[in-house]
Amino acid sequence: MSVPLPTFHNRGDRAYRVTLTGLAALLPLLLVVVGAELAVRAWPSIHRFGFNFLWTGRWDPVTEVYGAGPLIFGTLVSSLLALLLAVPLALGVAIFLTEFAPKWLRRPVAFLVELLAAVPSVVYGVWGIFVLIPFLRGHVVPGLKAVLGWSPFFSGVFYGNSMLAGGIILAIMIVPYIAAVSREVLLAVPGSQREAALGLGATRWEAVWSAVLPYGRAGVIGAVMLGLGRALGETMAVTMVIGNRHDIGASLLQPGYTMAAALANEFSEATTGMYLAALFEVGLLLFVITVTVNALARLLVWRVARGGSAGSRAL
Amino acid sequence: MRRTTLLALALAAAPAAAQVQLNGAGATFPNIIYQDWILTYGQTHPDVKLNYQSIGSGGGIRQFSDGTVDFGGSDAPMTDSAIAAIQGNVLHIPTVLGAIVLTYDLPGVTQQLKFSPDVIAGIFLGTITKWNDARIASINPGVTLPATDIVVVHRSDGSGTTYGFTDYLSKVSQDWAQKVGKGPSVNWPVGLGGKGNEGVASTVVQTPGGVGYVELGYATANKMAFGLVQNSAGKFVAPTLDAVTAALAGALAKMGPTTDFRVSITNPDGADAYPIATMTWLLLHKSYADAAKAKALVQFVWWAETEGQAKAPTLGYAPLPAQLRPWIQVRLRSITAGGRAAWSGPAAR
Repeated sequence: MSVPLPTFHNRGDRAYRVTLTGLAALLPLLLVVVGAELAVRAWPSIHRFGFNFLWTGRWDPVTEVYGAGPLIFGTLVSSLLALLLAVPLALGVAIFLTEFAPKWLRRPVAFLVELLAAVPSVVYGVWGIFVLIPFLRGHVVPGLKAVLGWSPFFSGVFYGNSMLAGGIILAIMIVPYIAAVSREVLLAVPGSQREAALGLGATRWEAVWSAVLPYGRAGVIGAVMLGLGRALGETMAVTMVIGNRHDIGASLLQPGYTMAAALANEFSEATTGMYLAALFEVGLLLFVITVTVNALARLLVWRVARGGSAGSRAL
Repeated sequence: MRRTTLLALALAAAPAAAQVQLNGAGATFPNIIYQDWILTYGQTHPDVKLNYQSIGSGGGIRQFSDGTVDFGGSDAPMTDSAIAAIQGNVLHIPTVLGAIVLTYDLPGVTQQLKFSPDVIAGIFLGTITKWNDARIASINPGVTLPATDIVVVHRSDGSGTTYGFTDYLSKVSQDWAQKVGKGPSVNWPVGLGGKGNEGVASTVVQTPGGVGYVELGYATANKMAFGLVQNSAGKFVAPTLDAVTAALAGALAKMGPTTDFRVSITNPDGADAYPIATMTWLLLHKSYADAAKAKALVQFVWWAETEGQAKAPTLGYAPLPAQLRPWIQVRLRSITAGGRAAWSGPAAR
């Protein structure tokens, strides 16, 4: 009398399922625990400064008055600037590599672009200080000021370390992520889409713009959001070039600060309770912002995928 | 027979088992000499295993107060409230001295610039904004100063160096004391922030017209330009190790054997004193639970205060004046473990 195979399988399956469910539940649980821990540690600051913490700009450890307005502002502006610069570049690279580049060129170029993602961020920071900032000072900013100096975004004196430098460094750092994922997405678009567009008399460019990109748009949006998530949380390279100044200004030539950079700079030396609590609140805000951005991205991808063609299949 | 063999084995193994492990953490500034002391001391005292992690003064104070380390290191003394929070169970023992220098990047200027207290305060408050300002020019006769903007660079991370520098500014400028104050990190009126000495240094070097403050040892190791600073006697003094030791000697004139070592030594008396001098402290408990640990720790610290001092100049630190030694010994003798003194060094001199 042997044990019937199906029963044995079922029991194994059940154990397997329970184990996997438990493991899968651990991750969301971790998210909740991290959020709760941050909120508890930040409580003295939340209690004392209330909503003022979000938009006041005074950050004074001597008199124990804290406001994270410039940090939130700097995080959002530097990340958006990075997206503005990186998305066209990364999409261009992805489209070139999948649609236009000769076969022999595709692999080496794709490899080199992805290699950029492997460079440690402190190396980007050093490169930013010694190459990018002098280049900006010598060649880019004079031109920018000559043409756009009238606008508030390019007013004031440029000392080097600035929001502009921070945004550019971030852009370079997130290009490989957006480019690599977008390339995979575009590669997965069926050839029949291109052939149909070309068959209708579209040029190569029109085929890409009207058939290939719309088909993969969910995936491309996902790639952009991946880049944004990375830009929001980047610390080392940004703190080395952004100027680390608690200030809100329209000009991109002025120094700024980001939440991640402030945490990295100030956490190890914060001794008083309120100072620590304020930093924990900054951490909590960063956590909330990144989770919100990711949730919005999911929602966007989901809606685009459901509304349009089977774009999500290209993921 | 067999039992005696086992006993002999156990006795032979005993010294190894009795090794004392002492952990410390804190300031990065004295890290080089602390590591050197630990290495040298370990060679003659294999029964003591010392470990010091340079995690920063603030972190050192936190870990010392939490009891996760046996001793701390800090360039900024603990505040009264922080001391009250651990029921006053702390002694600040100075170990070596350092200096904070003003480093600048002015293409075309080859002479060493002179800074007066007013000028330094004016620059860091943002009231002096051009290098050719009359207040700078008047104390630098013969130097052709360019009309470039002054770009202030300060530390963005909390730091004992910032504490020493803002402590000095608070003493020499009423304005600074009221508007900004002193601390490991402050609300800077102007300027860019750089992370660490290296962050300040690289930003200054890369920014024409940049001026910042870094530790003397860092500036000399990297051959950076730094200025002379006018002391309270009116003399412009270069930041040399002798001038730093002279600064503490000047400050000592106002101290007695029982003065709290948390005393600040910036802007001291003395014609040859460099005014932006700082002390770095070891944080020890007044009473320890473990007698073996307390005894080994006190012994090590006394060694560092005597024989260890000889190493300081070669490593870029100014040694403590010998006058301070008996005062330090009195504090070390007061450390107890289980109600009994942990001191086992030489008899009182």
